[in-house]
Amino acid sequence: MSQSTKPFGTLRSIGGRIRAPFEGPNTTGNSTAFWVVFLGAVGFLMMYPQMVNPLVLGDTTRYFALGFLALSLCLVWGFGGILSFGQVAFFGVAGYAWGIISINFASATGMTLGIVGAVFIGTLFSFILGYFMFYGGVRDVYVTIITLVSALVLHTFMAQTAGSQWVIGSARLGGFNGMHSEHFELGIGSTGIVFGGTSPDPILRYYYFVVALLIVTYLALRVLVNSSFGMTMVAIREDEDRTATFGYNVPFVKLVIFTIGGALASLGGVLYTAWGSYISPSVFAITFAALPVVWVSIGGRESLIGVVGATVAIEWMQDSLAGTGSEWAMVIVGGLLVFVILVMPAGVAPQIERAGKWLLEKLPPHSDQQAGEPTSKQTRGDD
Amino acid sequence: MSSTGDPTVRESPAVAATGPAKDELLATDGLTKKFGGLTAVDTVDFTVEEGELRCLIGPNGAGKSTLLELITGQLSPTEGNIYFDGIELTDRKSHERIDAGISVKFQSPHIYEALTVRQNLKVPLQRTDRETETVLQRTLEQIDLVEQADESAGDLSHGQQQRLEIGMATTLDPKLMLLDEPVAGMSIEETNEIADLIHTLHDDGMAFVVVEHDMDFVREISERVTVLNQGEIFRQGPIDEIENDDAVRRIYLGENA
Repeated sequence: MSQSTKPFGTLRSIGGRIRAPFEGPNTTGNSTAFWVVFLGAVGFLMMYPQMVNPLVLGDTTRYFALGFLALSLCLVWGFGGILSFGQVAFFGVAGYAWGIISINFASATGMTLGIVGAVFIGTLFSFILGYFMFYGGVRDVYVTIITLVSALVLHTFMAQTAGSQWVIGSARLGGFNGMHSEHFELGIGSTGIVFGGTSPDPILRYYYFVVALLIVTYLALRVLVNSSFGMTMVAIREDEDRTATFGYNVPFVKLVIFTIGGALASLGGVLYTAWGSYISPSVFAITFAALPVVWVSIGGRESLIGVVGATVAIEWMQDSLAGTGSEWAMVIVGGLLVFVILVMPAGVAPQIERAGKWLLEKLPPHSDQQAGEPTSKQTRGDD
Repeated sequence: MSSTGDPTVRESPAVAATGPAKDELLATDGLTKKFGGLTAVDTVDFTVEEGELRCLIGPNGAGKSTLLELITGQLSPTEGNIYFDGIELTDRKSHERIDAGISVKFQSPHIYEALTVRQNLKVPLQRTDRETETVLQRTLEQIDLVEQADESAGDLSHGQQQRLEIGMATTLDPKLMLLDEPVAGMSIEETNEIADLIHTLHDDGMAFVVVEHDMDFVREISERVTVLNQGEIFRQGPIDEIENDDAVRRIYLGENA
């Protein structure tokens, strides 16, 4: 690398300028090696559909949709210090909202606007809940309890909507049986590009749609957490009272964090519902509510890439185990959680970063790419 | 910095409306705080002039910390008003008072231990529109932590942490700095470093209210001293006068003097 520095000097400074907003003390992976591996992983994700059959591709798409839910908790808990156990509430509300909109406005225009509308409804819910919590002075474990209870209340409520009186327009809520939404379409007019269903083409399109959204969201969150607002978030996470004495309006900042988190969870909920054209009250159940906390704890709650990697890896493992008829999936996930919390309290991603840095120091400088290899396992946990 | 200030700046209608005298930066008017049956602060009229360095002393439970918390808005008064720099603060929220130009370092040290020294300073600094890098570098020099700038704040010594915390408060460029026992638990050397730091900032025109028990330190830094006792202002004056006042010696300095 040292010999070839000069010709690439300009290129490198351009690269540095592009990278600058994405890097800072609040993200793991600020090295050239990281970005090389990241681009490699993105390339891999683009090629991935060629390697697997549509069924597997469809499952992978679901893992990535859940990645938004993981990112939402990562932001709220890992950076804002607010342990929400109820991100699934916003996920589910937006999911149901999208289902209702897609059934009532079953055109490409309806569904395209439906994404926006459903995300708005889920976000608004998180805003209202957050407003009463943070301006009401609710803190710490009480936030965890209130958010969890919100999800459980929704679970109970939605479960009793089987009767024919629970209809919004032509959408039946369906109680425990859940609600079947229309196949997802994007576009203007009566028919657009179809993304849903079981035929290979829509599955492929939907995969690319979700992956592209996830990558954009990930990069946007990197910019956010490394901005001055990100610094404020971290300050509030570290010491809420001290941060208030510098004149920060702490309840307001926490409300903003929580609302952004709600929006991310809502987007995940819409993508998840559109994926299977189906949503049921089980998204509000305690088992599902616990999963984001597990993904984020294992991945590393201060690592955006780590939590997405952990989500994909854990969901893939659960599906694989379920495929063999094993009932052990949740037990193994629980065991993994206990193991990670005991051995690496900050999660897996910081360990991988440390290992990567160690390798970079050990290896001759030109082999940057190999040095970052462990990081790529996070992103490629799905293969 | 003269304590009379610049008269042209002070001639605003707001000052006329709220009433404090021209060179008063901070004024409390009949400030009272009751906790149930206990009156922690009792009809206190406390004034600080622009650019003044005032020490606030008194026995334990005299109401010193309560008075500070009333000024910063951590507590709201039972009765009375607070004026600062020509505006009434009594019903303002805590963060609005900080924006008005009051900065505070409470008794127990509160720094962001997981963050670096530089990041610690950035948190308050990014709220202002001041030139970040310039102010950051100057503050690091003032608090003598240039070499430790990228170290984790949790790894600093107690004295360094206290200096860092004062540095954090100064990055807001306050008109008035409130310090609650800034040298508690410090070595003589560390105490002198804090005294130097306070002198430097005071020379730049920053006003101070320092709550302190260490009379050597008070003598080192202070121009005027206010003695609080049982929630009331007991005496007020130059340090020599206060130290030689028999009544003050009886209630407070007895064991020290």
